[in-house]
This record gives sequence, structure tokens and C-alpha cells, in this order.
Amino acid sequence: MSSATTIVKPVMPERHYLNDNYGIRSWLLTKDHKRIAILYLFSITVFFFIGGLFAALIRLHLLTPNGELFQADTYNRLFTMHGVNMIFFFLIPSVPAVIGNFLIPIMVGTKDLAFPKINLLSWYLYIGGATFSLIALVSGGVDTGWTFYAPLSSGYVKSPVIVMAVGILIVGFSSIFTGLNFIVTVHRMRAPGMTWGRLPLFVWANYAASLIMILGTPVIAITLILLALERGFHIGIFDPKLGGDPVLFQHMFWFYSHPAVYIMILPGMGVISEIVTCFSRKRVFGYSFIAFSSIAIAVFGFVVWAHHMFVAGISVYSALVFSLLSYAVAIPSAVKVFNWTATMYKGSVKMDTPMLYAMAFIGLFTIGGLTGLFLAALGLDIHIHDTYFVVAHFHYVMVGGMVTAYLGGLHFWWPKMTGRMYPEAPAKLAALITFIGFNLTFFPQFILGYMGMPRRYWAYPAEFQVLNVLSSAGASVLAVGFILPLLYFAWSLKYGEIAGDNPWQATGLEWETTSPPPTHNFHEIPIVTKEPYAYGEGEEVPVVH
Amino acid sequence: MSTSQTTTTDHHPALAHQFDSMEQQQDASTFGMWVFLLTEIMMFGGLFTAYLIYRLKYYPAFVAGSTSISVSWGFANTLVLIGSSFTMAMAVWSAQTGRRKGQVWFLIGTMILGAAFLGVKAKEYYDKWDECHIPGHVIGKGFNTWGGCEVKNPKLGNIADEIREKDPKVPEVAAVQIAKQTEIFFSFYFAMTGLHAFHMVIGLGLLTWLLLRAKSGEFGPSYYTPVELGGLYWHFVDIVWIFLFPLLYLISRHQHGA
Repeated sequence: MSSATTIVKPVMPERHYLNDNYGIRSWLLTKDHKRIAILYLFSITVFFFIGGLFAALIRLHLLTPNGELFQADTYNRLFTMHGVNMIFFFLIPSVPAVIGNFLIPIMVGTKDLAFPKINLLSWYLYIGGATFSLIALVSGGVDTGWTFYAPLSSGYVKSPVIVMAVGILIVGFSSIFTGLNFIVTVHRMRAPGMTWGRLPLFVWANYAASLIMILGTPVIAITLILLALERGFHIGIFDPKLGGDPVLFQHMFWFYSHPAVYIMILPGMGVISEIVTCFSRKRVFGYSFIAFSSIAIAVFGFVVWAHHMFVAGISVYSALVFSLLSYAVAIPSAVKVFNWTATMYKGSVKMDTPMLYAMAFIGLFTIGGLTGLFLAALGLDIHIHDTYFVVAHFHYVMVGGMVTAYLGGLHFWWPKMTGRMYPEAPAKLAALITFIGFNLTFFPQFILGYMGMPRRYWAYPAEFQVLNVLSSAGASVLAVGFILPLLYFAWSLKYGEIAGDNPWQATGLEWETTSPPPTHNFHEIPIVTKEPYAYGEGEEVPVVH
Repeated sequence: MSTSQTTTTDHHPALAHQFDSMEQQQDASTFGMWVFLLTEIMMFGGLFTAYLIYRLKYYPAFVAGSTSISVSWGFANTLVLIGSSFTMAMAVWSAQTGRRKGQVWFLIGTMILGAAFLGVKAKEYYDKWDECHIPGHVIGKGFNTWGGCEVKNPKLGNIADEIREKDPKVPEVAAVQIAKQTEIFFSFYFAMTGLHAFHMVIGLGLLTWLLLRAKSGEFGPSYYTPVELGGLYWHFVDIVWIFLFPLLYLISRHQHGA
């Protein structure tokens, strides 16, 4: 915080959403979107560390080439449970259900989401789905890979596939309800003067992700129902032995699961748009391009799914078309990256922790996105498909992208959520450690994949060991980077500096209310008269220390 | 904003705190219902797509399977459902015009028709059981005679014979092959009508809840959103049937299988 603008020490508001009510009931039966966001924050943190534990075990196992730690069957369960928990129980809800839930009503200037009870229901559905996932976990774990390809999943494996499928089905409805709530809120609950052209880019990004949630998730629901029916009743849908078509399963699965990666990344891009603008002290470059590129990603995202299936036996012509369409996604993604960079250009960039994460995001996402083009290229994909190249690409986008954005967003809005600042020095250190650990973990995997190491293998040739050891070493560094924020965020709840309403001197309605906000968000519903990123307008240039 | 806040001074008891006015509440709720129905379309859409793909793949078997199910029961059920849509629309109208008795009776009528639909569906399912047309070998005694299931009335259910009766030129091996493939048709028959019936059951639950609220006189010209949204959902489920009926029962009636 610049001392030039704060002469008076900030104080905590007397009444806010955290102390409005006490006791476990006031939390478990709350209809306040901010409290539900906090409930989500706790739940997905648990699943992040469960998923992380599996990742740690995988990396530990891959230290030696001959698979000395776990049996092959156990290893299958480890990577499946890592994938399922991270994707369905952490990445998909992460930014929307925590940060989005907290901020969207405030950002559009209303008292709550359109359907607070459905919002609470969606958290309970999440917990219900999570319970099924944990049941599947303690009864041995699923060993099909997170993609559940039939007929392996529907007829051959002995693990609790149906339990896991029910869990994902339930958590899918949680995601549908979140998306539905966001869409209706953005359409119908905006404050006076909050036109579409004044919506923060974070809202645009979540709106686009919500479109995918409501249009894609029902398809994975019906796919999993059919899978469970085939497994339970031996009716032929996907199993060729019963007359079914396994490629149809892949089509239906990826029809959701490819757009789902945009559910995972779009809200993260929204976070980055907010942070980059604020810490460059400059109006965002190309507002409408960033806003519409979110929608474009959501739309294109629905027509590229078969690039996961180039070697699954689809016709070469459809493969060509899907390859070409996959390239199209690069355009709106690049639009975003260029606009963020242009926003920073000649801005007075301030390297606070959220900005460190945002800059890490831009770099890592660019690598992740460009390697995505390698995979979209039909000829090259046949060579590197199902190798560690894919694993590295996916983790550059999902961990280097989404997890980084999520952490950046948490740091940026932590003072708003709790009323207190996190400690800056350890936070910067954690951001640095995460960045180093991340690259050390996943960069070697690009090389491994390019050299031909297949993913999901329990053992590997000895010549791959050096790179694998590097990757495992990186994973332990990364773990430190992820545990540190847990510690200092907890510490800051009691000892953190009082933040004040607007510690970053940011624009946006969320910074006009108190930190933490009152239960109804605003003492008076605001009237919006300005564009969202009016940085540098009648504002003192912040003093550089 | 100041103008819309003055309208909230006559605070309607059904107005939720997050909305400024009843109009905004109704608008948002209706919009939310439409968005939800969109997700339903996507869910049924996945199933319909899979059905159409298999219909192309196993065309003779789908013709044979489709011909073997009873059009008259399906048609009767279509009439029942259209009737229930009418009573539902009348229930919404009664709520909008403040007719309390009308709401109650039309809701009850809708529920009776809904239950009748499910009754007919249950009867049809039972026939499938008798005809050994339950796919898979977990429920029932196996599919058709080669699954070990004894068809009570040999005239019924033996699809291979039916195919040869229609077209004696079809060799017996081919007829048996096609008949075996009808198992996939019946997988879809049960998956699609089952998912539809499940929606009907949820609809009946919703109607019960609406009925209780209508009885206590909650709905009238100033507040009828729940009845209207319940109606939207009910009509949607009807429309799904309007697609299911031709796809499952009618579409291949006049085709020759092999």
C-alpha cells in the first residue's frame, strides 16, 4: 500500500459477513454467496491436497525406472485418483466456485446471486459427489484413468467405477447450478448503470465458463449414466462385444471434457485480466477483445473435441477438420496474451505477489498454449500422443495456468475476503518457489515425451531416469510452494495487517465496499457511471518506494 | 435505482431479499428455468444422438425392434400427456387469474394424468419382461430365447419369426442376427423412456409441492411464478415424449427390415 494515499490507518468494519452470525449452523445453512465461497474454499483445498498427495506418490514412484515402490495395479489407481480429484473436485470448481462465487454478485453490484438456495445446494452436491469419490478411494480407488474409456471401464476393470461415476455425475450438477446462477445473475441482477460493456473482465470470463458448464456438463452426465448402465446391466452401448461402439464413448466424453478444460482455464484468464490491469495502473488494453475472446473460446471449445481422438480410428477427413478447428482456439487465446502484454507496456508495473503470479501465468500459459498447437497438428500428434509431452502440455495450462491464476486471485482478493493482508515477503517467496518448482517438474516432461516416454506407464527405460529424477525433484519444490500459502494465509487471519477497503487502489465495485463486505455486500446499491478500468484517470501516480 | 426501491416499500411476502422487485424476481426465475431446460436438452440430446447413430448402424434391427412395440399404448400415452399439458396450462391460468379452486383441481388433474402415463409405461415395461425383451442379462432372464428366456406366448417377442413372416426371403440366420441386434434397440428404449419417466416422477414431486402451496392460497395474480415454472418443466417433459414417441414407435413402421 502506498503511504502517500493512506494517512489514516485502516480499520475493520464493525459488522461484516464473517461476524454477522456465529455458529456452525450459520455456516452450513447460509445462503450468503460469500460464506458459500468460503465453504468451497475449504472443501476444494482439501481435495487439492488429496490430489497433490497422489501426484507426490506418482513422482516418488517414478524416481527409479523399474517401478520399485508400487505395483503396476496400484500405480494405475494413483494416477487415476490424482486426475479425477484434481479435475472434477479442484480445477473445475476452483476459481468459479470460490472467487467467482464471492465476487460476481459484488462485481455486478447486487446483494447476492439470483438463486442463493441453489447456490447452497450446489455446495452440498459438491460434498455429496466428493463423498462418493472418497468412498471409491477407500474401497481401493479406480484404475481406468480419469478418462474412463470404455470398454475397459464398462466391462474389464474390477475397481469401483460406478461409485466414481455417480460421484462425478453429482458434482457435475453442482457445476451446472453454479453456471446457471452466474448466467442469470449477470443477465438480470446488474446494478443500475452496469452495462455489458462495463462488466469486469472477470465476470465476462466466468460468464463464458458458465456457458460451457450448462451446455457441456449434461452431456458428460448422460455419458456416465450410459457407462454405468453398461457396467451394471451389461447392455451394449459402448462395448463392441455387446454390439456397442467404443469410439462413441470417446466422442461423448470429449464433447464435455474438452470444453471442460476451458471451464478450468477461462475463469483463470479472468483473474489475470483484473490483476494485470490493476498492477500496471493502466486501463486494460482492448477491453472488448478480451471480453469477446472469452466467448469465442467457449464457442470454439465445443467444436474441437475430436483432436483427442486422432489415433482412435476416426476418419482422416474428420481428423483434418478437427485439427484445423483446434488451431482456431489459438486465436482468441493469443488475443488475450497480447492484450495483457500490451496493458503492461508502458504501465507503472508494480511487482506485488498477485502480479508475480499473473506474470508467471502469462509465460506458462503461452508455453502450454503453443505446445497445444503441436498436439493439434495432425501429423505431429500421431507421434507424440499419449506421451509425457501431453502430460507436460496439460500441466502447463492447468497448473502453470489455472492453479497459478487461482493463487494469484486468492492473494489479490484475500484482503477483500478476510479484511487482512497476507504477509508480502513469504508470499513473494512462495510465488517464486512455485514458479521454479513448476518448471523443474514439468519442463523435463516435454523432453521425455518427445523422446517417446508414454504416459501412465509404471516403469520406463533407464535412459529416461535423469529427466524423471529432475521432474520428481521439481515436484518436491512445488509442494513447498503450495504449502507455504496455506501457512501464511492461516497466519494472516489473526496477525495480518488490517487491509482497508481498497489496499491496491484498484477500480471495480468490490473495492468500493468494506473489507470484508457486509452481508448484503453494499450499504447502498451502487450506481455505476464509469468504465471498469478507469486507472490513471484523475488518480495520483503511486509513489514508488 | 431510487425509483425501483420505492416500489419495494409495498413488500410482497414472496419477494426474496436479493431482488429489488417482484418483476425482477419473476424475470430472473423464468430465465433460470429456461437455462435449466437448456441443460436438459443437452442431456437428452446426448442420448438422442447416440440413438440416431445406432439406428444408422443397426438399421434393420431398429426397424424390427421398433415394429415390435405397441403403437396403440404409445399413442394412448401421447394423448394422456398432451391432456396433462392442457390441465397444467389451465392450472397456470387459474393461478394468474386468482382462481384458487381451479389451481387445485387442475393440478390434481395433471397429477392423475401424469400417474396414468407412468402406469401405462409400467404396463409396457412388464410386457417387455414377458416378451423377453429386457436387454442385458442382469435383470430378467436373458434377452429373447437364446438368452434362456422362455417367451410365454411364442407369437409375441420372437423377433426373428416376425421378420421372416413379413419377408420370407430373409434367410433364418440373418433374421436371428438382426433379432439379436434388437437388444441395442431395447437398451436405448429403456434408457430413453426410463430417463423420461424419471423426469415425470420428479415432475409429480414438483406438482405435489405446488399443490400444497396452491391449497394454502399462496398463488394469485401478483405471485404465480412457481406454478408457471412448474408448468414450463412439465411441458418440457411432454415435449421430450413428443420426440420419443415417433423416434421409438413410429419412425420405422412402414419400412421393411432386411
